[in-house]
Amino acid sequence: MSVDFLELSIRELSRNFGRRRALSRMSLECRAGEIVGLLGPNGAGKSTLLAIVSTLAVPSSGEVRYGGRTARELGAMLRGRIGVLSHDLHLYSELTARENLVFFGRLYGTDDPEMRAARALERARLADRGGDLVSGFSRGMRQRLALERALLHDPRLLLLDEPFTGLDDASTIALVGRLRELRSSGCITLLATHDLDVAELVLDRAVILHDGKLVANEDDVRGLRKRYQDRLNVGARP
Amino acid sequence: MRKVFVPLLAVAGFIFMTAPIMIAQAPYESTMGLVQKIFYFHMPPAMLMLLSAIFCGVISAIYLIRKRPVYDWIAYAAAELTVLYGALAMVTGPLWARKAWGVWWIWDARLTMSLLLWMVFVSYLLLRRYGGPGSETLAAGLALFGMATSPFVYLSVNIWRTIHPLTSVVPTLPVDFAFPLWYAFTGFLLLYIALMTLRVRIEEQRALVDQLYLESEE
Amino acid sequence: MSAFWRVVWIVARKDLAIEARSRELINTTVFFALSCVIVFSVSFVGEGGDGRALGDAAAGILWIAIAFSGTLALGRTFERERYGDTLRALLLAPGARPAVYVGKLVGVVGLLLATEIIVVPLVALLFQARLFDHALLLAALLVFGTVGFSCVGTLFAAMLGRARSRDVLLPILLYPVTIPVMIAGVRGTAALLQAPPQLDMARLWIMLLLSFDVVFLTLSLWTFESVMTE
Repeated sequence: MSVDFLELSIRELSRNFGRRRALSRMSLECRAGEIVGLLGPNGAGKSTLLAIVSTLAVPSSGEVRYGGRTARELGAMLRGRIGVLSHDLHLYSELTARENLVFFGRLYGTDDPEMRAARALERARLADRGGDLVSGFSRGMRQRLALERALLHDPRLLLLDEPFTGLDDASTIALVGRLRELRSSGCITLLATHDLDVAELVLDRAVILHDGKLVANEDDVRGLRKRYQDRLNVGARP
Repeated sequence: MRKVFVPLLAVAGFIFMTAPIMIAQAPYESTMGLVQKIFYFHMPPAMLMLLSAIFCGVISAIYLIRKRPVYDWIAYAAAELTVLYGALAMVTGPLWARKAWGVWWIWDARLTMSLLLWMVFVSYLLLRRYGGPGSETLAAGLALFGMATSPFVYLSVNIWRTIHPLTSVVPTLPVDFAFPLWYAFTGFLLLYIALMTLRVRIEEQRALVDQLYLESEE
Repeated sequence: MSAFWRVVWIVARKDLAIEARSRELINTTVFFALSCVIVFSVSFVGEGGDGRALGDAAAGILWIAIAFSGTLALGRTFERERYGDTLRALLLAPGARPAVYVGKLVGVVGLLLATEIIVVPLVALLFQARLFDHALLLAALLVFGTVGFSCVGTLFAAMLGRARSRDVLLPILLYPVTIPVMIAGVRGTAALLQAPPQLDMARLWIMLLLSFDVVFLTLSLWTFESVMTE
């Protein structure tokens, strides 16, 4: 049974921690070849949603279906189709860039991890830093490496949590370009951010979260900042 | 649940009120004299502590499988009652031991196992209190492991040393001793169930309040 | 099945690679264990010129040092996985999640055994304890005891992951549950040090440790995925 899928369906997803509601009846449909934004201020529930979709957490109610099947039906192999770029980057700072990539390549059971690692280093523009420890990298460099790490196993579903944080303009543009490439190759991308300016550049559509609730579904991402800035109390980009 | 609590408490209360009469009427044990009568208030809590610990371990395992909150509430209540009854047993025990054996405490199999089990459940409560969010699942794992380790503690200390009266003394107790014992035991058991229903109800109400709080914000 | 062991090996090899580079864990754990032994021995060495330990103190000190340094090693092994949130990255891999647990376990056991290789001769020296007369039995005690302690410890340390107060909660949770390992380890080692050595007792303790290991390894494998899901 193949675990690949072309749609992601989130239905009435809720997650409570006692009195604190992280997510409230959140629903969303995504297809291959889309970049969907999860927008909202900090604490809106974006990270919780991504954790549940990536199978790290379970919801209090509701379900997520990958091509019509739940995570339980698909089993552990589902994780081989999901790539995650988390805010904490998932990199070992005591290993070199190449070692990190080879490790995760092996862990995900990819063919020829060394070759994939070399290619990933090139895409991340870190080919000359492959033998350096990650602890010596800047935030932007780690981000590029972390993105390629998430993509090593050619995932169908890419989950990004605040990927533009701390990036300079050049890196941001490079990341946007990379995401567009992925979209053309049929990836489903869920991107959580509170940065409305960049969101306009890269998203196909966006959902706005506030206090765990879905407050808006935007198919037209132009002018998002104007429409939602005060609503979301998001300040100007520095 | 609420219908059960008051009658249970009433019956348990009645038993505790009348138990001293029964105990006073029970014959004196030949070697230990009056002090042996602590036994009627020592053995039931000790046995119930053990049963409660096992119960908590089992419910915790079910919680880990099913993840329904009600199992977590019952496990938490059972852990608290384990600590409570264990404390009762460990206060009455040394009082008895001092007179009967001349020492407050010895490291034999039964005592050591009970002490360790009690400590596991104290640490369970510490975990629930100080572990932050997500500690329900961690505590369930702990309860399960605590239950699993008890036979090993018992066995290892048994191989090492033992003085505690043999378990087999209970079935062979003459009926004059046995009746007050089981009478007191019933009292403690009913009290346990009453407290359990009350405690689980508190957790249930707490969850309900949280739910209402969440819904009111919708 | 081989996919399981593949993941175990990949995780364990990664830990080994990181450790080989800095040797931070091994150095600090060994030195901590040595400090424990020396500090305790000051308390337990008897009066008189021959410096013999009181009673079975040598056995007790050895196992306490293992327990204390083991607790620290466990904490710091998982501290490494906290920076960069890499424990979650491991849980996201497509293999069976218990394989990640076993991979970490292998690393912890390896670290502790390496520590014991250095600490045991030191204890033998300081206490003039004839630990190596029955080296095979001693090795069995140490290996099975370390595995038992590490089994429970790895699970608890992983599940405490990002809990509050996790540094102090680990020993609070771990020590009561692993008391049988301590008892068996200490009594078994003491049995070997008797004059004459009680080999049958030692073998009995080894069997107890082995059954403890089997039970708790199984329990840990069953519960790992459940306790690690948020």
